Amino acid sequence: MDKIQSLYEALTKVDGFIYPNELALNWDMLIVMYPYITGLVAGAFILASLNRVFDIKALRPTYELSLLTALSFMLVATMPLITHLGQPLRFYEMLITPHLTSAMAIFGFVYLWYLMVVLLLEIWFDYRYDMVIWSREKKGFMKFFYKALTLWVSDTSPESRKTDEKIGYFITVVGIPSAFLLHGYVGFIFGSIKANPWWSTVMMPVIFLFSAMVSGIALVMFIYMVVTYLRKQKIDMNALDTIAKYLFYILIIDFTLESLDQIHRIYEADESFDILKILVRGKLFFTFFIMQIGVGVVIPLATLGFLQFKKPRVRIRKLIYWIISICVLVGIFYMRWNVVIGGQLFSKSFYGFTSYKVNLIGGSDVTLSLLWFIVPFFILAFLLWLLPPWKKAPPIEIPED
Amino acid sequence: MPLQVKRLLLVFAIFIGIMLVLKYVLTPDSWREYGPYRGNAIGEIASQQAKFVQKESCADCHDSIAEIKSLGEHINLQCEICHGPGYQHVDDENFKMEITKNNALCLRCHTMNAASPKNIIKQIDAIEHNEGEECITCHNPHQPWL
Repeated sequence: MDKIQSLYEALTKVDGFIYPNELALNWDMLIVMYPYITGLVAGAFILASLNRVFDIKALRPTYELSLLTALSFMLVATMPLITHLGQPLRFYEMLITPHLTSAMAIFGFVYLWYLMVVLLLEIWFDYRYDMVIWSREKKGFMKFFYKALTLWVSDTSPESRKTDEKIGYFITVVGIPSAFLLHGYVGFIFGSIKANPWWSTVMMPVIFLFSAMVSGIALVMFIYMVVTYLRKQKIDMNALDTIAKYLFYILIIDFTLESLDQIHRIYEADESFDILKILVRGKLFFTFFIMQIGVGVVIPLATLGFLQFKKPRVRIRKLIYWIISICVLVGIFYMRWNVVIGGQLFSKSFYGFTSYKVNLIGGSDVTLSLLWFIVPFFILAFLLWLLPPWKKAPPIEIPED
Repeated sequence: MPLQVKRLLLVFAIFIGIMLVLKYVLTPDSWREYGPYRGNAIGEIASQQAKFVQKESCADCHDSIAEIKSLGEHINLQCEICHGPGYQHVDDENFKMEITKNNALCLRCHTMNAASPKNIIKQIDAIEHNEGEECITCHNPHQPWL
């Protein structure tokens, strides 16, 4: 938040009438990154569960990759929030002295549950057998490290693998509502603010959830293509086509829900509608109509829809998927932007606007946001080196009883 | 129970144990005495040293300036509004107080502002009113009207 030096400077930011405390935005770009990164986690996990729980076999090549992507983004998900705090070193207090009636204060527990009980456990059971094998193959520190990761359990019997498989399945089943909880919760934070008509809608958690799934699936699609390219391997086109198909379906649901929300708002046209109309047509025109709807929805929907009927050559299809995944990621980023920043641009008097300018150079919020978006890719690179999905033993077949 | 599950439960037990110990150690003493607050907070804040010493303390030594000031428009302002907190200077006269000379400090009150009463706080348009000049070239802050 920039410090405003004088009234003259302050007035250059204002259109119409606003209350004094609405001049500067309290939630800047870091708070845009928070639902964005959390959404990527939830989406990537849901894609993994499509393979495991809903038994969509074509998605097998991306199963571990989705989980590791979810984990690497999960490890960073809290960082935008913590770095946005005025007193970052006091963040642990929300766990030590919990405030159970505040939705915001409960995030620490939602996060811990998802990280500890869902993601880490699922990945652990998934990789336990392989880590035992790797600990036998490696020497020195890596041997010790893999052994420590297996918690010094060296059981490789088929029975133990079956146990891993069953518990892993159970955790994924628990994980789906947990992923819904994690991101539905983020939507709830905004949706439950009754003073802000741009946020206050019961649809918000559901919209956040589906946009999270869209962005997470697009992210895994993007990472899968890049990782396969870097490894100089052949892309499993069947997997990619299936991911694209699910991306298409969920994008339709997401777009329908968001349209429903907007149509409801337009038809209701309550006292806040005039200012929101000016907001969307004015300050949010670029980010809303062009980036969120144009780049993020219309182009991907049209292209993916076309691909459902006609399949061009593999090379072209790969290129299309690569571009579409970036389009969707950009579009969802702008969706978060429009929610978080858009909701703070108009006055609660409904008679004016403030403005928000991103400082590309020297603005701590942008630098930090960029940092927290880049760090997960490094974490993912480390995790892929430590737990390479392509070196895993084939899954054990569990005979049906 | 399979070995890996046992081991995992042990790890979770250790983790939860550490969390409980941290909660026990780090929770402030009087937490939840009155709802989700520290009961001692008010006492702790009250026991802190006062940073502002009030203009009467300044007048004990700087009586000539206090007299000039008592004749001017700024009679009701505390010295420390412009000079900053004086608690260290009162204890140790070698500790220098700040003497701010830039216009921004004056303009905090005297810039044109439709919301503040013009008959009580004199206001100027900082862009048109002798641009580039320091306020204190013409106005003595202790007795603003020449």
